Amino acid sequence: MTITEDNEPSRRDFLYIATGAVGAVGAAFAVWPLVHQMNPDASVQALASIEVNLDAIVEGQSITVMWRGKPVFIRHRTADEISDAEGVPLTDLPDPETDADRVQKPQWLVMEGICTHLGCVPLGQSGDYNGWFCPCHGSHYDTSGRIRKGPAPLNLPVPEYQFLTDTSIQIG
Amino acid sequence: MAGQSSYTYKNPVIRWFDSRLPMVSLVREQLVDFPTPKNLNYFWTLGGIAAIFLVLQIVTGIVLAMHYTPHVDHAFESVEKIMRDVNYGWLLRYLHQNGASFFFIAVFIHMFRGLYYGSYKAPREVLWMLGVVILLLMMATAFMGYVLPWGQMSFWGATVITNLFSALPFVGPTIVEWLWGGFSVDNPTLNRFFALHYLLPFVILGVVVLHIWALHVPGNNNPTGVEVKSSKDTVPFHPYYTVKDLFAIVVFMAVYFAFVFYMPNALGHPDNYIPADPLVTPAHIVPEWYFLPFYAILRAVPDKLGGVLLMFASIFVLFLLPWLDTSKVKSAKYRPLAKQFFWIFFLVCLGLGYLGAAPAEGGYVIAARILTFWYFAHFLIILPVLGLIEKPRPLPASISESVLKVTQGGGVPAGMPAPAESPEKRG
Repeated sequence: MTITEDNEPSRRDFLYIATGAVGAVGAAFAVWPLVHQMNPDASVQALASIEVNLDAIVEGQSITVMWRGKPVFIRHRTADEISDAEGVPLTDLPDPETDADRVQKPQWLVMEGICTHLGCVPLGQSGDYNGWFCPCHGSHYDTSGRIRKGPAPLNLPVPEYQFLTDTSIQIG
Repeated sequence: MAGQSSYTYKNPVIRWFDSRLPMVSLVREQLVDFPTPKNLNYFWTLGGIAAIFLVLQIVTGIVLAMHYTPHVDHAFESVEKIMRDVNYGWLLRYLHQNGASFFFIAVFIHMFRGLYYGSYKAPREVLWMLGVVILLLMMATAFMGYVLPWGQMSFWGATVITNLFSALPFVGPTIVEWLWGGFSVDNPTLNRFFALHYLLPFVILGVVVLHIWALHVPGNNNPTGVEVKSSKDTVPFHPYYTVKDLFAIVVFMAVYFAFVFYMPNALGHPDNYIPADPLVTPAHIVPEWYFLPFYAILRAVPDKLGGVLLMFASIFVLFLLPWLDTSKVKSAKYRPLAKQFFWIFFLVCLGLGYLGAAPAEGGYVIAARILTFWYFAHFLIILPVLGLIEKPRPLPASISESVLKVTQGGGVPAGMPAPAESPEKRG
């Protein structure tokens, strides 16, 4: 059998390519459920928002609540901590963000307690900036939860929340 | 290699079967009569030992799976139940747990053997790359297996390692949620890790078959790095190497069983006997010992994405090794400079392993940066340059000649014809 190479594309070539293309699209559709089944399922997505009562948290005290399987830190900051956080020039910050952008009321700091490096839970009121310190790989956060030193690239994220009354918030 | 398929079997049943499915001939040609260089040393037994450990892990793993429950509320307790209630459960679990470590020990020695004797060079590049694929699959399997007991190190190790993917720009967080099946490491994560931990060993088994296939096309490398030239250079695999391998397996197993029976938890971390707690991160997260050098590279870089990329690069650079080493001489035995750099590289790997377990602060970080630099420099600078400037020692004309010279007590300059006299000196 001889094959001549410089032929015009034939009807058969077109059919080969068209068949292959249809097969590839079909395969992609068939694979998608197999991939998508691994994404968070309906029961995980449906995790309700939570309400937290702040009454019992005195100044200088923090609590940790679970939200979507993650710890959320709620800290009643002292006046010193607030002035520390507000006094930092933005140029000192790897991820510049003012303290005012991170809180709704200066005395209440609400943020996810997940180190933005590799997901450990930082320890409170420790580290070089008297904020949070992640023991895993040595990231230091300040009293506003902003990254100051170490391998973490970002500030501790502030979840969506709102004050329902003066002393209770809803997260999510 | 191409064997004598014309072999006729005396037993009529075997003859009948083999002419329809030549399985007996395959075993005969590839495992019994297979021509093997006659000068292989004990470093050539580690591949077989690794294969034994793969089988051991699969067998012990299947029976452990009969008693284990992949659910966050029951996983830790089911492992304790295996240890206390299941007949011989303690033995099966300790065999499996320490088997992972000794599988890695065998594979690491096997790889350093390949590095020293240039076994990755033409015509064995594909063989080497398949080996790196096996290493990657082993790392994924071992990591997911370590998560299953759902202790503190399981949980936080899984958190740290899956978060590595969050470093990828744009798609990172989406990929991590997809891996988790949620917003943190939780029950869906444990479930899928169990499924994949059961699957991947069989994938490894498949790649091992390809690895052996790729080995049996050119045949074994050997300590001289000189290819087989005639049948005088080889002996049949059986009984010469089956017996040698068997002896090495017995010695290796003796060390393994010393761990299994007398210090079964020496290679593990005590924190993993604390049930997982998503609210408390252990003060010092360390991976299993076989990941420590790579973990040290990850932590050496102050940038998150940079550290992750460099850690993956430390494995992927091995894929390029056959083309990075420019020397035509395979064995470091005949490469005076490469031999020294090999041992420096070996110590660098041990050093990174030590630093991976040390806290990430002060002098440790600086040392890890120096060693990380050297790790990559070895592949990207030293090996390419050495091949161009190094003057290798003369190679023996053949494997037979080098073997005869050794038994003569050495001293004969390379390139001299091997004297055929004085047989009394041969062992």
